[in-house]
Amino acid sequence: MNSTALLSAAKDGILTGSVYALMATGLTLIFGVMDIINVAQGILVILGAYLSYALQVHWHIDLFIGLLITIPAMFVVGIVIERLFLGRLKGPEKTAMSILVTYAVSLLIEGALNMIFSVNDVQLQGWYVNRAFAIGSVHFGYIYVAGFVLAVGLLSSLYFMLYRTRFGVSVRASLADQTSAALVGIDVKRVSTICFGIGVAVTAAGGMIYGATNSFNASTSYDLISRLLTIIVLGGMGSLGGAMLAGVGMVFIGDMVGVIWSPIWSSMSYFVVLAVVLLFRPQGLFGKQAVRVA
Amino acid sequence: MKLSRKHFRVLGVASVAGAMSLTMVTASGASSGGLAAGAKVNIGISLSLSGDFSADGLAFQQGYKLWASDVNKTGGLLGHQVNLVIKSDASSPTQVVTNYQALISSDHVNLTFGPFSSLLTLPAAKAVSRYGYAMVEGAGGAPSVFQAGLHNVFDVALPVANSLVPFANWVSSLPAASRPKSVAYVTSNDPFTQPQIPVAQAIMSKAGIKTVYNHVFPAEVTDFTPIADAVAAAKPDVVILGSTDVPTVSAFMQAFEQSGFSPKAFIATAGPDQGATFIKAVGAANADGVMVPNSWYGLAANPTSKKMVAEYIKLYGGTPAGVNGDVAEAYAVGQVVAAAVKATGGFVNSKIISYLHSGVSIPTVLGGAQFNSLGENPKMTAYTFQWQGTKGTSFVQVNPLGDPNTVKIVYPKPVWGK
Repeated sequence: MNSTALLSAAKDGILTGSVYALMATGLTLIFGVMDIINVAQGILVILGAYLSYALQVHWHIDLFIGLLITIPAMFVVGIVIERLFLGRLKGPEKTAMSILVTYAVSLLIEGALNMIFSVNDVQLQGWYVNRAFAIGSVHFGYIYVAGFVLAVGLLSSLYFMLYRTRFGVSVRASLADQTSAALVGIDVKRVSTICFGIGVAVTAAGGMIYGATNSFNASTSYDLISRLLTIIVLGGMGSLGGAMLAGVGMVFIGDMVGVIWSPIWSSMSYFVVLAVVLLFRPQGLFGKQAVRVA
Repeated sequence: MKLSRKHFRVLGVASVAGAMSLTMVTASGASSGGLAAGAKVNIGISLSLSGDFSADGLAFQQGYKLWASDVNKTGGLLGHQVNLVIKSDASSPTQVVTNYQALISSDHVNLTFGPFSSLLTLPAAKAVSRYGYAMVEGAGGAPSVFQAGLHNVFDVALPVANSLVPFANWVSSLPAASRPKSVAYVTSNDPFTQPQIPVAQAIMSKAGIKTVYNHVFPAEVTDFTPIADAVAAAKPDVVILGSTDVPTVSAFMQAFEQSGFSPKAFIATAGPDQGATFIKAVGAANADGVMVPNSWYGLAANPTSKKMVAEYIKLYGGTPAGVNGDVAEAYAVGQVVAAAVKATGGFVNSKIISYLHSGVSIPTVLGGAQFNSLGENPKMTAYTFQWQGTKGTSFVQVNPLGDPNTVKIVYPKPVWGK
């Protein structure tokens, strides 16, 4: 092991981890506000990637400019899914049922993507996708840096929206206690619908970066959702800060172990950390209850 | 009458016994070879139409369907039209077993063809062997498949352990001045890729080529960048990547390019053989100089191969270089089974197994298929292929040296994208 490999792994962990954090934030926002575990988040990330792919291939629209179309489009997709399938879920079994419903949604989208794009792997292309700049001996891929900036920008916007706007107050009130929020006049259903839309909209950005750094097809979503779920479990279901920390932490830990020890242990190391954390804090690092009273 | 627990138990045992006898009767009936005139011969296949191996699964499906279409055009098997019964296993070693059990016991197929990948072929072949069915396959060449002691499995393709031998021999034979000094081995934790590495390493170490990186990574990795960066940091002259698919290869290539690292030679065990899919993922310019071991390519001189490629292009478009090697492997499976059915005069699986173990050589699009006692096809020649040029249309045979179809290898590999 040399210092370049170590520094590169640290860089990879932070840059890639931020994109996972962005994708996981959407997932945890949805759970926090709606008590819905959206296992379709993985396929929605891939749908976002395919939207960028379609814009690029058919209309030659740059990946980043295309986000101006794909983010609103995914927001609408989220609203439609919420209205058609999730808004009807009620009662104590809502969370458990949401897993089944969103899984069904994910199968529907996967089938449609396979029909439209086939199962052959594709990758998003752009002049910046394979290029990099160096600081010392460490190379920074433009696309990874752009992904990091995009993730930080969108997460900051999300935080601004939550803590500096009237709508954010409604969201946080709904996060804390839906009944009380409704009693003070907040339209919790509307807030839930918009939050689901926002949670899905961020997948457009996450999907674009993922698709530019990896080849993908619809089946790639299974690897993604398993990672995203473990991130929000570690961070604490419903905790935005927890999702961000766990997203970066997961990739960082795995990457460092891969270089210091062996790549074969990289995934396992994260799950060891997860198991240890859950042993002492079953609600995750920043569990839902702690966030709701904050 | 009220039924007691004892009655239920007796009834349960009787039902199970009845179901078992029925299954045995139908299974033996299905493999009797005595199909009624005009009846179709049903061939059961489990393929990975979703999941990690979906791109390969699709190519296999194309190959099987192409073969079935060709056979049916010429009157079918012994006068019976071929009907492929395909179930998707989602790339799952558990689902593949369920599928073959259902194909045999519920769908009563007459014959079975193999799934994709060694990972799925082993459990599938075990399941099928319990019913006495032959499993001819084209993508289960890992040693673990043949070490299971099964008598019913036959792989038409090259045994994977020796796939990298021509490449390792070529590197080792280079003059000392131009011979690489160092090599990195990085492989997925997969029964198809892992056995290839030690064989190549033994040859190259003997030639004095130093191993500077040698690690296995988990099959479910989604972010290859840190692993690729660690390889790049070791600055090897040669990189041997044990990959099972296009995404793995493209991720490594992208990370290498971003870190300013371009090895003198780069070979991946699978991925670059997937023709147009590979080119689409990595970009034609980046593919220049990338190598892959295989037993077939779209420009093979074999006349039946040429015919199959022409039919494939007519159906799906593209160029000969862009035809996925999986298509040919699947097609060859059909050819072997057709020859066995013709030779044995029926669809009796036990006779087909005996026939394929008899040492007979069967011509296929891949070349001659002749099986040893384990079901391997050891006489299949290992080739190395290389993408040459920057247009993504030239996929050529560069090994073994001395073969009339072998062209000069591009070495050192051009810098990425140049």
